[in-house]
Amino acid sequence: MNKKNTLTLISIIAFIVLLFILNINLGIYQMRIFNLCGIYVILALSLNLINGFVGLFSLGHAGFMAVGAYTCALLTMSREMKEMNFFLEPIVPWLKNVQVPFPLALIVAGIMAAIAGALIGAPVLRLRDDYLAIATLGFSEIIRVIFTNTQSITNGALGIKGLPSIGITGKTWEVVIWTWGIALLTIIVMVLLINSSYGRAFKAIREDEIAAEAMGINLFKHKMMAFIIGSFFAGIGGALLGHLIGTIDPRMFFIVLTFNIVLIVVLGGIGSITGSVISAVVVTIAMEVLRVLDGDIIIGGYMIKGIPGMRMVVFSVLLMMVILFYQRGLMGTKEFSWDWILNRKKKTVKS
Amino acid sequence: MLKIRDLNVHYGGIHALKGISIDVPENKIVTLIGANGAGKSTTLRSIIGLVKSSSGSVVYDGQTVTNKRTKDIVSKGVVLVPEGRRVFPNLTVEENLILGAYIRKDKEAIKRDMEWVYQLFPRLKERVWQKAGTMSGGEQQMLAVARALMTKPKLLMMDEPSLGLAPLIVKDIFGIIKEIHKEGVTILLIEQNAKAALEIADYGYVLETGSIVLEGEGKHLLSNDEVQKAYLGE
Repeated sequence: MNKKNTLTLISIIAFIVLLFILNINLGIYQMRIFNLCGIYVILALSLNLINGFVGLFSLGHAGFMAVGAYTCALLTMSREMKEMNFFLEPIVPWLKNVQVPFPLALIVAGIMAAIAGALIGAPVLRLRDDYLAIATLGFSEIIRVIFTNTQSITNGALGIKGLPSIGITGKTWEVVIWTWGIALLTIIVMVLLINSSYGRAFKAIREDEIAAEAMGINLFKHKMMAFIIGSFFAGIGGALLGHLIGTIDPRMFFIVLTFNIVLIVVLGGIGSITGSVISAVVVTIAMEVLRVLDGDIIIGGYMIKGIPGMRMVVFSVLLMMVILFYQRGLMGTKEFSWDWILNRKKKTVKS
Repeated sequence: MLKIRDLNVHYGGIHALKGISIDVPENKIVTLIGANGAGKSTTLRSIIGLVKSSSGSVVYDGQTVTNKRTKDIVSKGVVLVPEGRRVFPNLTVEENLILGAYIRKDKEAIKRDMEWVYQLFPRLKERVWQKAGTMSGGEQQMLAVARALMTKPKLLMMDEPSLGLAPLIVKDIFGIIKEIHKEGVTILLIEQNAKAALEIADYGYVLETGSIVLEGEGKHLLSNDEVQKAYLGE
């Protein structure tokens, strides 16, 4: 094992230890935000794979998240909870008695989202650029509308309440292990994928489709592959989000949700795994910290009455600034690497 | 090696290729000259399957490859250096070359070819870690050719390799084409720079608005009055 792999392993272990320390020391509120960070890391990475590495401008993420969230919720809830939820119209009998352990439900949620991704991707991935964005956005809305109207399966606009907590035992300490554990797994999968020959083919497609095709790269196959993997992780992210909040309804999966993830990806740098991770953490925390802006603000003795949604305005301004002045985002397409840190150390030692 | 018979290509209502027939014998340099819009690029693109032909046949090494998938044609050893270079701008020189060998699985041979390509283009070796988009036009063209060589072509098709390059560099590029030819690669070359192309070609075709109007050995075409008038300037 070489030096870099050892460093990676050490930092992963250090991070897991950190998770336990944080778990003990942080309050419930802080811990919840921290979990949310992990979930957004998963979501940002899955979108970055599609948008950043293959260059497909997809806006369908909320739809895949919805598929994942509903699948996982319906599979993990007990029969009594389901009966309590579905009071307008009873739940379909084949779903009523199904209850599987959380890990299995989570995987099924990912697979269902991936199937949705495959079904939508097959026709839509023949489009490019803006047309692709519009088509995926449309399909994401279609998923939402379907979920609003399938009363006996998804409970329609009433949504589903009382989702069990993330994990097998249902204890709160387990939540962070799942969210950040899966986030870590996602990071590893993405890094391995991007550095494989598939990853190079993805980048080639992003750079120049015609040249990529002339190299013998099968465009459709690779686009589908990225789209399906992206939707799989989106489904898992959506499922975790639903279980963290404890309630889901179709309105949660509006375009705004996709917008939030696009914001994270753009701020972090389109085509950078490191950028997405940093940006997911920073933006998620900032979204909470900046809640101050929504409330009343006192400046020099004057009280300005709070305007709900003010922080979203701040974020929109931030996004515009990034697009105008810092187009490549935080990291551009650069990645964190041990070489970079080791070389820096050498330089400082020399000087 | 490559036989094209009566190939027709339509772009919507436009009849771009009107039944052309071309022969590319093994180990020869064949060139296709003609003005803008004559259908030169379309010919290459239909050979490699990027454009679908409406009728006619393309036979390569005794196998019909008409309208086959690009991937399958490339793996048979037919490689295109696309017009306008089309290197992957945000990837490094090395990544570009590795992508050239995308369909190959023989790792050892790929490594050897990489060394060979670097020998052929010492300029690229100096710039292994540079992003392709930041190099000059000539260097990018070299990279495009080098990338195509990494596919281990038997038939290399080049679409206007001299486009937008300084005369000195054009000379370099044509020198390299000869070098590659010496290694036993058959070359189908498309050029607007008719003089340079005909000088190195064994055989040439003149294409005009989708049909072949003239063909002959390179040197014969060079001295042909019509070619002189139309493409070389008297």
